[in-house]
Amino acid sequence: MEYFVQQLINGVTLGSIYGLIAIGYTMVYGIIGMINFAHGDIFMVSAFIALTVFLIMLAIGVTALPLILLAVLIISMIFTSVWGWTVERMAYRPLRGSFRLAPLITAIGMSITLQNFVQLTQGARVKPLPPQITGGITLMQGDAETGSIVVQLSYMQIIIIVTTVVLMAGFSMLISKTSLGRAQRACEQDAKMASLLGVNVDRTISLTFVMGAALAAVAGVMFLLYYGVIDFYIGFIAGVKAFTAAVLGGIGSLPGAMLGGLAIGLIETFWSGYFSVEYKDVAAFSILAITLIFLPSGLLGKPEVEKV
Amino acid sequence: MTAQNPLLAVEGVETYYGNIIALRGVDIAVFEGEIVTLIGANGAGKSTLMMTICGNPQARKGRIVYDGEDITHLPTHDIMQRSIAQSPEGRRIFPRMTVMENLQMGALVTDGASFDADLQRVFDLFPRLKERQHQRGGTLSGGEQQMLAIGRALMSRPRLLLLDEPSLGLAPMVVKQIFEVIKDLNREEGLTVFLVEQNAFHALRLAHRGYVMVNGQITMSGTGAELLARPEVRAAYLEGGRKEAAE
Repeated sequence: MEYFVQQLINGVTLGSIYGLIAIGYTMVYGIIGMINFAHGDIFMVSAFIALTVFLIMLAIGVTALPLILLAVLIISMIFTSVWGWTVERMAYRPLRGSFRLAPLITAIGMSITLQNFVQLTQGARVKPLPPQITGGITLMQGDAETGSIVVQLSYMQIIIIVTTVVLMAGFSMLISKTSLGRAQRACEQDAKMASLLGVNVDRTISLTFVMGAALAAVAGVMFLLYYGVIDFYIGFIAGVKAFTAAVLGGIGSLPGAMLGGLAIGLIETFWSGYFSVEYKDVAAFSILAITLIFLPSGLLGKPEVEKV
Repeated sequence: MTAQNPLLAVEGVETYYGNIIALRGVDIAVFEGEIVTLIGANGAGKSTLMMTICGNPQARKGRIVYDGEDITHLPTHDIMQRSIAQSPEGRRIFPRMTVMENLQMGALVTDGASFDADLQRVFDLFPRLKERQHQRGGTLSGGEQQMLAIGRALMSRPRLLLLDEPSLGLAPMVVKQIFEVIKDLNREEGLTVFLVEQNAFHALRLAHRGYVMVNGQITMSGTGAELLARPEVRAAYLEGGRKEAAE
């Protein structure tokens, strides 16, 4: 029981990070029908930006941890958004209107470019960050006689889960209630008509990339703080997982991305906890395959049927 | 003086799709307060002209002047912020947005100050939309979607309303209702309307003036009554049209 609860906590934490990244995939797919394979690497770049800001703050002698965290978060979000915007502007926008595969291939190229850029400039070795937020709440006391273990909910996990819930709630509101969100959905459903109503479609698409990158930046900061080590390759792995989450939840659907992220996080954690760590990816992808056989548009995806 | 200058002037416009020419030097003028109709067969280029006015595709030759300003090479979203609204061919309702959200999209270019009043006006014109305001656009009937498309266009408080085939595929009763609304809007609020129609009989009776388009060119123009009386027009566009009107 204790073991189960502990795995559940770990799974939800991991799922939160995946979910935040998955939103970037699903939103971009929704609006231009393209898988932005470089999105995982944007997440990786954000983790490096966060680490850099962290080290600078420590070097100039800032000691108040909340202040550091806030600065790291805001600066990472800003810089990562600029990255996301630039990638869209340089690599994808010139290809708009060409055949469907062109931006997809470019996205893969962009992903490789970003990875190699970071590897060249930052080195290939893992970069550590000493734990900044330690401690937690003990939920269940372990008992040596019955063999039960201590169940811990660390402060870091609380921060990750709460931040994710708040961000996702805020983001859902933004998409469903504001005129910006409406314009975005309009572009998603009929970009030509949206432009006939005065929507600047190109700018709306750019904004979508910026939003996705900002959320990925939050995920990057939390990844850095939670695991304490990053390298140039984390974007690829997390990106594939988050992409899987987006597809599992139903690509194009925001709640789907969140649900899919959570599902992938839980599957991975439980599989590692009860069966084998080596096969956790196999488990995650198998569940994806099985789900898609029975629900081809994912858990919350909408089938492509429209009344004309 | 402004009464002498057209609100919308299309001058020698040529539009291409790739290398294929769709409009071969079209001239049209729409004056403030008028209903002007453009009739023609399928594929004549009517909708292309409508979209060229809105900058998508852009004219390769010629000029489009709106309210004294050359808008030929502006991007679509800029043009639509100049109090021009279009209810396009095929209605293009956002299917996964509610009726209310579709109307809110229409009001995007306004500052929002008059939203409630504009909404009330649309609901007064089409009470059906009020009943259906929380329903998704994709679930509406064809007639309701057409009402929504016009209502959405009106939400931007246009001076010039471009209407592309509002009668397409609709029951005669609904067509009649929609044409009544257009007439009222023009008479009571002085809204300028440029109407593209295949339903030539209705359109010419409604409009002050009309143009006939054949194969990307304007072949005839005149007042609605004049065109209705022309034997070529009757032969080409009104056989069957009259029968429908008699029903």
